Amino acid sequence: MSQTILFTIGSITILGFLAAAILYFIASKFKVYEDPKIDEVEAALPKTNCGGCGHPGCRAFAEACVKADDLADLHCPVGGNPTMKSVAEILGMEVEERDPYVAVVRCSGSFEYREKVNVYDGSPNCTIAHNLYGGDTGCQYGCLGFGECVDACDFEAMYMDEKTGLPVVIQDKCTACNACVTACPRDILELRPMGRKNRRIFVSCINIDKGGAAKKACEVACTGCSKCESECKYDAITIVNYLAYIDADKCKLCRKCAPVCKSNSIHEINFPPRKEKEEKEERVKKERPERVKKDDAIETATLNSPVEVDVIEMVKKANEGESNEPDSDDKA
Amino acid sequence: MSLTINQTKTFPMGGVHPDENKFTADKPIQRLETPGEVAIPISQHIGAPAKPIVEQREKVKIGQVIASSGGFVSANIHASISGIVAKIDKVMDSTGYKRDAIIIKAGKDEQEWAEGIDLSPELVTTISLDQEGIIKKIAEAGIVGLGGATFPSHVKLSVPKGKSAEFLILNGVECEPYLTADHRLMVEKSAEIVVGAKILMKALGVTKTIIGIENNKPDAIQKMAELVATEVGMSVQPLKVQYPQGGEKQLIRAAIQREVPSGGLPIDVGAVVHNVGTAFAVYEAVQKNKPLIERVVTVTGKDIKNPSNFLVRIGTPVGELIEAAGGIPENTGKVISGGPMMGKALNAVDIPIAKGTSGILLIPNEESRRGKMKACIRCSQCVTVCPMGLEPYLLMTLTQKEYFERLESDKVMDCIECGSCSFTCPSDRPLLDYIRLGKKTVASLIRERNN
Amino acid sequence: MSTPFLTVSPSPHIHSDASVQKLMYGVIIAMIPAMAVSFYVFGIGALFVTLLSVVSCVVVEFALSKYLLKKEPTIVDGSAVITGILLAFNVPSNLPWWAVIIGSIVAIGIGKSAFGGLGNNPFNPALVGRVFLLISFPVQMTSWPVPFVSRFQFLDATTGATPLGELKEGISAGSPVSDLMSEVPSYLYLLAGGMAGSVGEISALALIVGFLYMLWKKIVTWHTPVAMLASIVVFSGMLWMIDPTRFVDPVFHLLTGGIMLGALFMATDYVTSPMTHKGMLIYGAGIGILTIVIRTWGAYPEGVSFAILIMNGVVPLMNKYIKPKRFGIK
Repeated sequence: MSQTILFTIGSITILGFLAAAILYFIASKFKVYEDPKIDEVEAALPKTNCGGCGHPGCRAFAEACVKADDLADLHCPVGGNPTMKSVAEILGMEVEERDPYVAVVRCSGSFEYREKVNVYDGSPNCTIAHNLYGGDTGCQYGCLGFGECVDACDFEAMYMDEKTGLPVVIQDKCTACNACVTACPRDILELRPMGRKNRRIFVSCINIDKGGAAKKACEVACTGCSKCESECKYDAITIVNYLAYIDADKCKLCRKCAPVCKSNSIHEINFPPRKEKEEKEERVKKERPERVKKDDAIETATLNSPVEVDVIEMVKKANEGESNEPDSDDKA
Repeated sequence: MSLTINQTKTFPMGGVHPDENKFTADKPIQRLETPGEVAIPISQHIGAPAKPIVEQREKVKIGQVIASSGGFVSANIHASISGIVAKIDKVMDSTGYKRDAIIIKAGKDEQEWAEGIDLSPELVTTISLDQEGIIKKIAEAGIVGLGGATFPSHVKLSVPKGKSAEFLILNGVECEPYLTADHRLMVEKSAEIVVGAKILMKALGVTKTIIGIENNKPDAIQKMAELVATEVGMSVQPLKVQYPQGGEKQLIRAAIQREVPSGGLPIDVGAVVHNVGTAFAVYEAVQKNKPLIERVVTVTGKDIKNPSNFLVRIGTPVGELIEAAGGIPENTGKVISGGPMMGKALNAVDIPIAKGTSGILLIPNEESRRGKMKACIRCSQCVTVCPMGLEPYLLMTLTQKEYFERLESDKVMDCIECGSCSFTCPSDRPLLDYIRLGKKTVASLIRERNN
Repeated sequence: MSTPFLTVSPSPHIHSDASVQKLMYGVIIAMIPAMAVSFYVFGIGALFVTLLSVVSCVVVEFALSKYLLKKEPTIVDGSAVITGILLAFNVPSNLPWWAVIIGSIVAIGIGKSAFGGLGNNPFNPALVGRVFLLISFPVQMTSWPVPFVSRFQFLDATTGATPLGELKEGISAGSPVSDLMSEVPSYLYLLAGGMAGSVGEISALALIVGFLYMLWKKIVTWHTPVAMLASIVVFSGMLWMIDPTRFVDPVFHLLTGGIMLGALFMATDYVTSPMTHKGMLIYGAGIGILTIVIRTWGAYPEGVSFAILIMNGVVPLMNKYIKPKRFGIK
């Protein structure tokens, strides 16, 4: 009996040594030299492997950084300036500070403003619906509401608002990795500079139909009336195809454009409430739909905000409820 | 006269048998009254959209070119009524998107035809044009594949260098349930179709023509067989009813037992397939100088009052056809342009009839919704019914997981989108939805790689 | 004209009348003849075990999917009922009630729900349950009531050996096959179901009738069973021709034990069998050969369950590498 045990222990030990020897031999024979700096740079990166930098994963980005002569074209949107600074230190190079970006949703056609004109009964997937037709509302440019951008987000920085049917970006979590922008088949999301004091103004609509048609499909569609264009002193607003666009580089955040927009498609984020024009607001309110106030509140929602927790729960519920939802369990 | 009709054939792999529901099989084709206004989309075909060459408020005659072909793979668009161009504007079409269309309002006067169009009913059998002339004429007439694929016909007739056509196969299969447009055309315009086939043969330089017809249309088989009995090199091939036999590749396999190679074209096995409706349009264009301005459309459905086959002008609103067939039933849940297996669901009824609209199908509410999706039980039904030998269950999963390389190696690009898999899935899984998505993504990846 | 509120979805817009429920109920109907025979042969024991197994499988499935998987319970689709019946078919009719319940918990819990429920389990749940019972409670699982003898008794039924068990014991004791075969009832009798064995496996005839029904309803294809039975006939036939004193003839193999039940109802399980016809043929042949190998040289007299479970494990590999014939590819 004891002999059997001894034999077993002996043979396994010998086997172990043999395997170790083989492994050592192979490891030394096929060793590939790698710049140790790559590991160092990789360690400094956020290791989310999101691909936001345009490279397949953090390792590849680290390799690219080590190889590059200067870091002008390389930027990790997730880590932002601090990360790039430490990368530059490791490599002994200089790096310019970049403005942080954030994703914005360029559609404000929530359920109340955009009437449903048919029922979509296909798979709840934005691209499938987009490839099929213009959508279940009159607007063929607007959000389809199946949350492909939310699925694409690796940072839980987006959720679908059940009340509006639109995605919402949580500013504090958004890393501007571009995943949602590529995921959206309609190009509704856009990366814009975070702005001074996190304040920004943008046109939350991409409907390029003529004014009348756009208005008919959605109450808050940009009609291309060019009122904002003439109001802007800095030439930041251009109208192409009946659609206004605010150039963030030129925009001085003067807030003159938003009040003149008849359809409320210009959104202001993180601004203090207007004071001096209270009266005017009051007057215009009667003619046009109420300002989308909740947007401000939600987009500035922080990590600990109870709003966010609530809504994620809601989205989960909505996902579970979907009849044709594939992989709904994965999401939940 | 005794007729020798060939033995029934079919394609060997996959296929399904949906209920045929061909309510309009013996309803003669009726000419629908010329509408007061038409909206003619400038993109009714595969390829580049046509370029409008008329101005607002310009007077146009029937058959006049109003938008000219935007490239080689494109087609001319003609005015289908005479009147005044009201505007060129975005109009919702069967793609579900608003796209550019030319809107013509009929004038108060008599309808006026463009010069040179022969409107007499006589059958002209002598083909005076030569090969090049025929192809040119077909291109001028804006003829596209009328089976629904809407591929410009003159492109199909221009055989690429190094390839040669051996067979012309006329597609009279009409395997989609409900639709009878081609069936009625074969019964009523058989002589014209045969002349059209001869024109196509001349254009292609082939000596053999096979007309494939499923044997749920015995009258069409009989009629066509009688006519081709005296023709050299033409024959009718009856086919066993099985969907998707009307698919080009399936039809070629059934008719001449050749498999179009994966990623290849029918010309690779020496075959060119044209729809019988296209053959009729070719006859009218070449022999009568009449461009493609009207087509046969089946308006049908389980609850519609008078399901009928109409000859309608391109650009007529779908609503007018439904009205002519007895109005829209109250319980209509879905309006489909085309057949129930491959047609497109419309999101409104004011969409214009295009060149590729073979039918308007009204589906009642209770049948218009899909079943609730359940888990895949791996029953392998989808694999069994796939006529292309693919594994739909796998392609769907791979698409969802975004494994595009495996999708490509598992031949997602060979999918003909016939819908047999989704049709048959006992778990109501939207297989084709995802396969289509995967196919589109893989196609763009391939394009990227080639550039 | 009023515009109706239309539904829009990608094609196809019609669906065949097939559904999971219909398929599953079809399988249940196909099992009725075998059930009837076993009730007739084994009496209340068979009835009790079948009912208990079905009820406990359904309850376990419901409880697990509702409270553990947090999915909508899929009881109505009938898959748990099938697992229950198949589990009962694979155990002796005098199995104690607690063993049946344990078997059901293992079958549904470990065999199915642990993998995510219907459609995700790599192994046939009923067989997982059966093999678990066989290994854990060999005494209870191998005491077979003698047919017709104690139809109105349950636990205290008179027990005897199965033909396969007798054979195995005899061969290992060294007696020639021809002697042993004289003790076995006639083949016709075996075909009808007159042997000791598990609840559902005894009557080859009733199982074949059920299978023909499934073929007619297009619930299953012929590939797996035919490949399995053919490989059994060929392989055991070859052994028999080499030495008829040591090996039994193929017909005996076909008619005894769980081969028919395994081939017609267990191996044809959708979830755990390959997706292509080519794969099904290989899968069936593999089960057949493994069964004979286990029966002839293994420790157990019967090997169908093990053979099917082993081949179940190979199925994902087959699905990956065995592709259907693609159109247009030589």
